[in-house]
Amino acid sequence: MELLFFLLFAGLAIAGAVATVWMRYVVHSAFALMGTFLGVAGLYVLLGADFLAITQILIYVGGILVLILFGIMLTPPDRTERNAKRVIGFSASLVAIALFLAVQIGSVVRWAEKSNLEAPKATAAPIGRELLRPDGYLIPFELVSVVLLVALIGSVFIARRRKAVRVDDSSTAAILAERGTLQQKAGA
Amino acid sequence: MLSDYAPLLLLLALAAAFVVGNLVISEVLGRPKPGVGKKTVYECGMPIRGTARARFSVHYYLLALLFILFDVEAAFLLPWAAHAEELGKAGLVAMGGFAVVLVVGLLYVMRKKALEWDR
Amino acid sequence: MSASLALSLWLQSARLQQQTGAALGSTTAPDSNWTLDLLEWVRTSWLSTKLAGLAGMDQAPALPTWAAAAIGAGIAVGIVIGFVSVVAMFSIWLERRVAGRIQSRIGPNRVGPFGLLQSLADGVKLLLKEDIIPSGADRKLFVLAPALVMASALAMFAAVPMADGAGFTDINLGVLFIVGISALATIGVIMAGWSSNNKWALYGAMREAAQVVSYEVPLGISLLVPVIVGGTLELGAASRLQSGWGGSCWFLFQNPFVLPAFVLYFIAALAENKRAPFDLPESESELVAGFHTEYSGIRFSFFFLEEYAAMFLMSAVGTALFLGGWNFPGIDLLKGGWLIAAQLAVFVVKSMFLVLLMIWIRWTLPRMRVDQVMVMGYKYLTPLSLICVVGASVWEVWAAVPFHERPIWMQLFTPVLVFGVCAVLGAMLRKQAIESAAQPTTRSRIAPRAHAAAH
Repeated sequence: MELLFFLLFAGLAIAGAVATVWMRYVVHSAFALMGTFLGVAGLYVLLGADFLAITQILIYVGGILVLILFGIMLTPPDRTERNAKRVIGFSASLVAIALFLAVQIGSVVRWAEKSNLEAPKATAAPIGRELLRPDGYLIPFELVSVVLLVALIGSVFIARRRKAVRVDDSSTAAILAERGTLQQKAGA
Repeated sequence: MLSDYAPLLLLLALAAAFVVGNLVISEVLGRPKPGVGKKTVYECGMPIRGTARARFSVHYYLLALLFILFDVEAAFLLPWAAHAEELGKAGLVAMGGFAVVLVVGLLYVMRKKALEWDR
Repeated sequence: MSASLALSLWLQSARLQQQTGAALGSTTAPDSNWTLDLLEWVRTSWLSTKLAGLAGMDQAPALPTWAAAAIGAGIAVGIVIGFVSVVAMFSIWLERRVAGRIQSRIGPNRVGPFGLLQSLADGVKLLLKEDIIPSGADRKLFVLAPALVMASALAMFAAVPMADGAGFTDINLGVLFIVGISALATIGVIMAGWSSNNKWALYGAMREAAQVVSYEVPLGISLLVPVIVGGTLELGAASRLQSGWGGSCWFLFQNPFVLPAFVLYFIAALAENKRAPFDLPESESELVAGFHTEYSGIRFSFFFLEEYAAMFLMSAVGTALFLGGWNFPGIDLLKGGWLIAAQLAVFVVKSMFLVLLMIWIRWTLPRMRVDQVMVMGYKYLTPLSLICVVGASVWEVWAAVPFHERPIWMQLFTPVLVFGVCAVLGAMLRKQAIESAAQPTTRSRIAPRAHAAAH
């Protein structure tokens, strides 16, 4: 029974990933990526990490996919659709590399059977406790807040409004140059 | 764990079947009657100007970015909140530090007027 | 040293929790699976025994457990889908009647008693309509979008049990689950707007996505406050914790920070559902177009049903976490099936009250501008909800006595106190509103900046 669900979710994740790469239009790729995220969330549930699964849906589908879609909408329409032959060649080489790496890793790492591991009943409480224990993950947890702060400041900086002033007469230009807010527009 | 979520999967599957079933019924009952202009895109009855792929302000992107950051913060707040009393004052102080850093970020965003919407 | 401090604190609170648990009874769900009980009842009923007798058997044979579980789950799913449809149709009828009353007219009253079957008739009519897909539209995405939106709305109902032990499934992470799945619906809206090949639909969809995304943060954070007070993310356990007499055991009255959190949650829920005064994505559908402008017939009805189902769901979550869930003073005197039915009725009535509040607000307040909407989420709601979370947790860790150990007068009179304060504030605001409405409306009051610039 679990095998069936595993095949379902893993298949969804892989099919979504393949579709993301192969789809003709960028928007279709973005929505296929949603399939990948949902498949991965299902795999998390199968592994017993329900908190992680729902956080995956909340943040990846609800946030990052929306961000990707906004990014797609912001850019000019894609004049050049993907060439199927080029994509197939590129993807075939990627698959070959992935297989090679999988064989190498699979022969070295010892995998644990899932039945040997015990899954907790609900994972929110243990995660909360571990995150806030001083000899647990407290310091990485506080560092995460700093990383988020850096991302906030960076995003505000990237999206700042750049003042472009076109000046016609020299007196205004002198005043603005004095104030230091004049940006020379090329050819103005 | 699986027993909690398997009914949910069944619910999603049957919801999809519900939608598909309604569409099939509608297809059967509502025979297509082709008419002039039925398939054209609606723009208050006027002929269409411009394509549907227009440009957008960068503020949408910034809003989505801010949402991700604060969403990650909320996702970190959740496992703490469910057991706030157990984790006591030490947990409160640790989580307070986390929240304070992000509130500083929010104040920075507001100060820089990054959220003012320009059309 | 800090580890031992933390450990001692944890042990202390565990002992406290044990005492509270012993006073309240167990906070875990009863183990019986009501669908299996239902199947068993059907199997041993008179009709199936008669049918088995016709086939030459004593009694209807028992199904293998997996089959029984699957059929039981299927029955539960059918009940959920039916419940959602009925509730959505009732909400639509309620909206139209209440809108009529507010606008001094009668709403629909022809079809069925008091017009109750109006929504059903509208649904049947929409089924009979022709299915139009606009030219140039993206067929695959156009068809997928209403399915995604409907699936997310239905999935959220899985996490909200409406009676003790008789919910669909009480997910351990109920609150997080609901906030997460509501994010799925946003993708469906963007998909709908994009695939319509209509620039107004696309604008409406992007605005709606930006609005939902702005208000999901205060929604999630303000929902943390009753989670802190109750100590659980499950919605069924939260409702169970609010049982008792006097109505003051609602989480709303257990902590002074829960009331502002409830107001913030309600405002954020209004914005999430694109309800007025935040209905700019929809108002464009009244004036020009919205994200579902190219959808007709049954596809439109999916979006419409999803909106009212989501309204009811947000109200149900608010009821479970703030207003005491399925509890009512004295409801424990009933037993068995009557108890479940009474709890369900109480829950639905409380949720419907919140839905009525949403409808009332929609037809009373004017619409907000898009830039006001986007800014208000981050500038005002998020900091306020963070303050509520911090305040509630400080109150709980430092000052609070567990609810059932408080003196009786405090338990019984907290709602009176809260209502008294709200009534006094409301009276003051009303007086101020009446006074300001009595002044003549001059240019200086409508457009102060332009007025000041001109003078």
